[in-house]
Amino acid sequence: MSSVSSVIRASGALLVRGGRVVDPSQGIDDEVDVLIGDDGRVERLSGSIQVGEGVEVLDAAGLVVCPGLLDLHVHLREPGQEYKETIESGSRAAAAGGFTTVACMANTVPVNDCRSVTEHIVRAAQRCGLARVLPVGAISKGLRGEELAEMGDLVSAGVVAFSDDGRPVEHAELMRRALLYARHFGLPVVQHAQDMTVTGDGAMHEGPSSTRLGVPGVPRLAEDLMVARDLLLAEETGGRYHVQHLSSGRSVELIREAKARGVAVTCEVTPHHLLLTDRDVEESGLDPNFKMNPPLRESADRDALLAGLLDGTIDFIASDHAPHHVDEKLLDFVASPFGIVGLETTVSLLLDRLVHAGKIELGEMIRLLTSAPAKAFGLELGSLRPGAPGDVTLLDLEREVTVDPARFQSKSRNTPFAGWRLRGAPVVTVLAGRPIRVEPRPER
Amino acid sequence: MAKSGWQRKDLLGIAELERTEIEAVLATAASFHEVATRPIKKVPTLRGKTVLNLFFEPSTRTRSSFEIAEKRMSADAINFSTAGSSLSKGESLLDTTRNLQAMSPDVLVIRHAHPRVPHQLAARLDTSVVNAGDGAHEHPTQALLDAFTILQHREQLDGLRVAILGDIEHSRVVRSNVLLLRKMGASVVIGGPYTMMPRSAEALGVDVAYSIDEALEGADVVMMLRVQTERQSRMSIPSADEYFALFGLDRARLRRANEGALVLHPGPINRGVEIASDVADGRASLILEQVSSGVAVRMAVLYLLAGGAS
Ligand SMILES: [Zn+2]
Repeated sequence: MSSVSSVIRASGALLVRGGRVVDPSQGIDDEVDVLIGDDGRVERLSGSIQVGEGVEVLDAAGLVVCPGLLDLHVHLREPGQEYKETIESGSRAAAAGGFTTVACMANTVPVNDCRSVTEHIVRAAQRCGLARVLPVGAISKGLRGEELAEMGDLVSAGVVAFSDDGRPVEHAELMRRALLYARHFGLPVVQHAQDMTVTGDGAMHEGPSSTRLGVPGVPRLAEDLMVARDLLLAEETGGRYHVQHLSSGRSVELIREAKARGVAVTCEVTPHHLLLTDRDVEESGLDPNFKMNPPLRESADRDALLAGLLDGTIDFIASDHAPHHVDEKLLDFVASPFGIVGLETTVSLLLDRLVHAGKIELGEMIRLLTSAPAKAFGLELGSLRPGAPGDVTLLDLEREVTVDPARFQSKSRNTPFAGWRLRGAPVVTVLAGRPIRVEPRPER
Repeated sequence: MAKSGWQRKDLLGIAELERTEIEAVLATAASFHEVATRPIKKVPTLRGKTVLNLFFEPSTRTRSSFEIAEKRMSADAINFSTAGSSLSKGESLLDTTRNLQAMSPDVLVIRHAHPRVPHQLAARLDTSVVNAGDGAHEHPTQALLDAFTILQHREQLDGLRVAILGDIEHSRVVRSNVLLLRKMGASVVIGGPYTMMPRSAEALGVDVAYSIDEALEGADVVMMLRVQTERQSRMSIPSADEYFALFGLDRARLRRANEGALVLHPGPINRGVEIASDVADGRASLILEQVSSGVAVRMAVLYLLAGGAS
């Protein structure tokens, strides 16, 4: 287990009172109170806890109380691209979206491939103190895919995983050595799985829609080839391999087979790949807010991703929050950069389109955002067990919201979900016993 | 001249058009076709109107054709050739739109390497927009001029079998032509090497053949596409010579098509690559007629979009 508790300073004790506690890590779904001690850790859960003065009380009547949510795939753009996002604005977006923990990718400028960048991220996150920001270190120096980054030094500075995300590790031998070397630290090697020779200049899924539109396509095969190769490498090395943002139904099958063989593989899926397809790209008239990598694929892929999530092949949900400045998304579809924001839409999308739609149980959705990601990355988070960090998220299952990018706390507005009316929303987060109240920006 | 059957501000693609609108363009083109036979090939229809030719991608042929059409209509034609697309160098569609709006042109003719750029500009402009080719998406005036050319030799498109052959994946010509020909009742087969066919070719709603001979069987019209032989296409075809041997249209192959089949090519042709000289210069070839049809069709489009305010 990586220690993450040092990141956040505790305040006083806190009682979360009167809510419906859903904690899949303990199999709890019950009306109980949660007491967090002044060490910032969970003290106990039980019915009607009485506390004296000096203990802050958070009224959770009518709300769901769950372990603080984790999003283990975000881009906070700091250092280097603060015009898109900063650790502060990203932390605010996380809190507004119901997340207490995010893992930020290493493709900053400069790349998080050395101690000084990691330390900058850790310090900046502590200064704003709105969410736990767990840095992911680079696999290779400069994300160049040529030589390993100083993984040991990065671990001692606080990284929780390794990834060259934004770029795949293309060189098979480097990937093999990364999986082997990372074993010394017990951390996962996290891959944006995509064969770039097959990708070419593709801008959307290669399928019927791209054919009609004449847009260069990214075939599923780009993902499948890399996943297949990496699974063989993971099996061979015994390393821990994690696949980011799965998009292809065939890749889900490959991972299902590998898990059955006992390969140490985990994987994640984004809300947008679970909810949208290439038809939505076509129907949007090539709106750049529908452009991301990997691309939205066909309905068969979307269905396979949901099935993989339900049968445990896919371990957890992460947003791949990828902010881009408004100016960058004013370009045309092919010219604009890949990526959409997700921190402030994920919870409402999942509650409305999966839970209320009857596709997934509430407890299962919460598990996929709490204990499941924590387990995949080996973090002592995502649980309200006594002694665990006192991170909590409160959800209102009935609150109606309309996605309004102008109200995002993120600096960026690039979402395909603008205007969606959704039922269910995060209300407040608690970080090590301290309530974090970040609301959406006021309406203009 | 009455502008019957046309209400649109823009011509963005064949996808948006009804059959009656296609017929309106073709009928209007027929009356302008005659202008080219006059000693003075100029009509005052667009006098005082400004047409901007905005080419973000080099294209001598299409641009010249539009320019001639504009001049024959007495419009003020202004060329903006910004090869190396300023849009990808940080100028956004919005900036471009605002700049163009400020010049208050009457018609914008746009060629861009990326799909739907003309559509996105048109949505933000009051000015009429003509798509002169957007990536591998659409090239509506090409499909219209091809139809016009065929109709100089055939009563109707309905019931014709049209084979379109070559690099299907990268062709805007094929997409617009497939849409138009299907709307007008023709049946279409596309053919070419496996490596030049989009993976979901059937999504275009046509028959697909991977042998030229098979595609030519029973064809009334054969449209050859230009093949790029630059280095980046070498992953698709090993050499121009091999392409010609396996997929090129020569006289022997053409015999597989129906008696008197017509041959079209959007130009410029690569002799001995996709088409043999004896076919390109032969009786079946309408390649030069396509060029003159192109001017008439573009005059018709400009007229329908900007002319005859009465
Ligand atoms: Zn990625």
